[in-house]
Amino acid sequence: MASSLLRSDRAGWGFAIPAFALIGTFIVLPFFFAFYLSLTNQRLISPNPTEFVGLDNYRSLLGVAVVTLEPERGDDGAVLRDEDGNIEYPSLRSVTRNDDTPQYRGMREWFRWSSGDDARVVIARDVVFMKALVNTFTFVLVVAPCQAALALGLALLINQRLRGINVFRGIYFMPVVVSIVVVSLLWRFIYDGQDGLLNNLLSGLTFGLFQPVDWLGNPSTALGSIIVMSIWQAVGFHMVIWLAGLQTISPTLYEAADIEGATKWQRFRFVTWPGLRNTAVLILIVITMQCFALFAQIDVMTKGGPLDSTQTLVFQAVERGYGKQDISGGSTISVLLFLIVLCISLIQRWLTRERT
Amino acid sequence: MNIRLTAFATTALGAIWGAQAFAQTELTMWYHGAGNPEESAVLDQIVEEFNASQSDWSVVVQSFPAGAYNDTVIAGALAGNLPDIIDVDGPVMPSWAWAGYIQPLEIDQGTIENFLPTAIGRWKDDIYSVGLWEAAVAMVTRRSVLEKYDIRIPTLAEPWTRDELDAALEAIQEGGEFDYPLDLGMAWSADEWYPYAFAPFLQSFGGDLIDRSTYLESDGVLNGDAGIEFGEWWQSLFDRELVPGTSQDPADRDSGLIDGKYAMSWNGNWAAANAVEAFGDDVLFLPAPDFGNGPKIGAASWQFAVSASSDHPEGANQFIEFMLQDRWQVAFSNAQAVIPATSSAAAESELYAEGAPMAVFYDLSKEQALLRPVTPGYPVMAKIFRKALADIASGADVADTLDAAADEIDADIEANSGYGN
Repeated sequence: MASSLLRSDRAGWGFAIPAFALIGTFIVLPFFFAFYLSLTNQRLISPNPTEFVGLDNYRSLLGVAVVTLEPERGDDGAVLRDEDGNIEYPSLRSVTRNDDTPQYRGMREWFRWSSGDDARVVIARDVVFMKALVNTFTFVLVVAPCQAALALGLALLINQRLRGINVFRGIYFMPVVVSIVVVSLLWRFIYDGQDGLLNNLLSGLTFGLFQPVDWLGNPSTALGSIIVMSIWQAVGFHMVIWLAGLQTISPTLYEAADIEGATKWQRFRFVTWPGLRNTAVLILIVITMQCFALFAQIDVMTKGGPLDSTQTLVFQAVERGYGKQDISGGSTISVLLFLIVLCISLIQRWLTRERT
Repeated sequence: MNIRLTAFATTALGAIWGAQAFAQTELTMWYHGAGNPEESAVLDQIVEEFNASQSDWSVVVQSFPAGAYNDTVIAGALAGNLPDIIDVDGPVMPSWAWAGYIQPLEIDQGTIENFLPTAIGRWKDDIYSVGLWEAAVAMVTRRSVLEKYDIRIPTLAEPWTRDELDAALEAIQEGGEFDYPLDLGMAWSADEWYPYAFAPFLQSFGGDLIDRSTYLESDGVLNGDAGIEFGEWWQSLFDRELVPGTSQDPADRDSGLIDGKYAMSWNGNWAAANAVEAFGDDVLFLPAPDFGNGPKIGAASWQFAVSASSDHPEGANQFIEFMLQDRWQVAFSNAQAVIPATSSAAAESELYAEGAPMAVFYDLSKEQALLRPVTPGYPVMAKIFRKALADIASGADVADTLDAAADEIDADIEANSGYGN
């Protein structure tokens, strides 16, 4: 006898099949296709036949090595120093373009530190990918908690019965409705290095003491600028989800808390927060996944620059797949991104599991 | 009855055959100019006249926005339904020819005799595409500004040297009148601008993106001595704050020269009309400086080609030949300020005729134009070079950046088995 799942819920399956078919065709199938392509040398435009290359694509993305540079020494064996007293090292070119060390050929410096007089240099086969990886994680680690907390704060503020509260709800939600491309373009003007709104505002508030900063043109401020703008843009969306969670909490619990003489903090800590548990899990996972997909802001505002300070994984996947016509390289990044997000989601699920 | 039926059948058959004899075979065409009414009007007029001028072919145009056009063609080719006629951006042509998207043109050589050489898309001894127009870049500035700072006005025969250019920029900077002496257009980071506008500087220094004798190796050319010398100079422009950097506001790029933020602007003929309107007789379109190996500017604009999968290449070729007439070049030039591909068409156009304000652009195309590397690998090479230019402008080590770019270009060529070279 067929199981009840197959037999008695015919209508249920009928409703589900369109969605299953779409998800299967446009999400599951392309993923397996990407996985297959990442093992080949598939190009976007090429008459050459596609060849199976095994894990070459993964190797060329993830290859990392550490080399030691010994300081330049004078004839007497003393370490040479420049005018500022820094030790002089030979150029990394002497290792990466040296026929004696062919295994390092084509690798570039990622970062270095000194150990005694020597310098240890971490070289990577694909420095841009490594930087994209670090930037993406930085973005997620900053945006996920900040955006979730800010959204909760806003949700608490607008979850009141006040006259005109819908106006505030509308205002907070507005940036979500506007296309991210338009928002990015507008913020490009706000962040303008010379006479942008932000620079003008800061210099006005400090009576001209503030020196204008080229927010998007400076490697040390570019990623931060995009983080701030991204938090602002999507905070309204998560606010609405928090709000939905807040409104599922029964008012009788608050009444009971009031009768018990609970303070505002106690009401939040012991009534609101436990009631939002499932919402919190959802929001954390959604924000994390959205953050890993960071693309439009980068594409419109910085193109990954200056000096790779705003490279991200998805931007690199698109840049490689379409810009550099290397579909297999782009697919490889997509597969790695999928694995990263999957691991993080599983860890989040495990950390926030129902303890019985 | 029988006779009547036969007579009817004969008439009917005759009608069908007659209709077939007069029916024109449909040729489809894709064009990149959607959203530009003046340009579309000219193309529509060409198609209308062509369809009326003969009875074999009937061309039907479908336009796409320029930004989505290349992706559309690539998707169309992958799906196996390209139209008969497409237009192709000059530097991309070898890539599409190599991939088998387009086939060599079969047009009368006489029709293109008088064309600017850079308007003709040659790859491996075959002509794959022909353009009705060219584009050129010039140093746009004002006579009054140069005279004020006592700067020599360069000519085609005697362009600025590197020292003259540097001295001019520094003199203007010292004047303190402008935000920056020169605007290179760093805001246009999205498209082909960086490699199109700035690679000629590198080529004038004696370097290039790739060794053009084989099109197989970039190492030693891009990162050779001339390449590094170019890179050092390029970085110094930004270090000395002579030009705005990669974070330039796009609005400033469009209007900064006219608003008086910049003294000079490195810009194309498509933007020249605004400068003429704003400055009148005071405007100057100056040739590219000579950094040692002759002054150079980029070349090749949109050109027309026959798709490889066309069932009617003879009709497609006939239409392209029809398009190449001077009068259509003049019409396109008047409608969208492009440079006509022949001197005779230029002489008849409103903007490029002898004595017209923008006539110098035709001479620039004729004298200074150098094609971007004619190889299927160019689009990828251009992307890599674009990033290297942006990184060096932002302060990256010149030699390391150019080394990395050369390595990446070589790796891409190897991954594509030499791109058929």
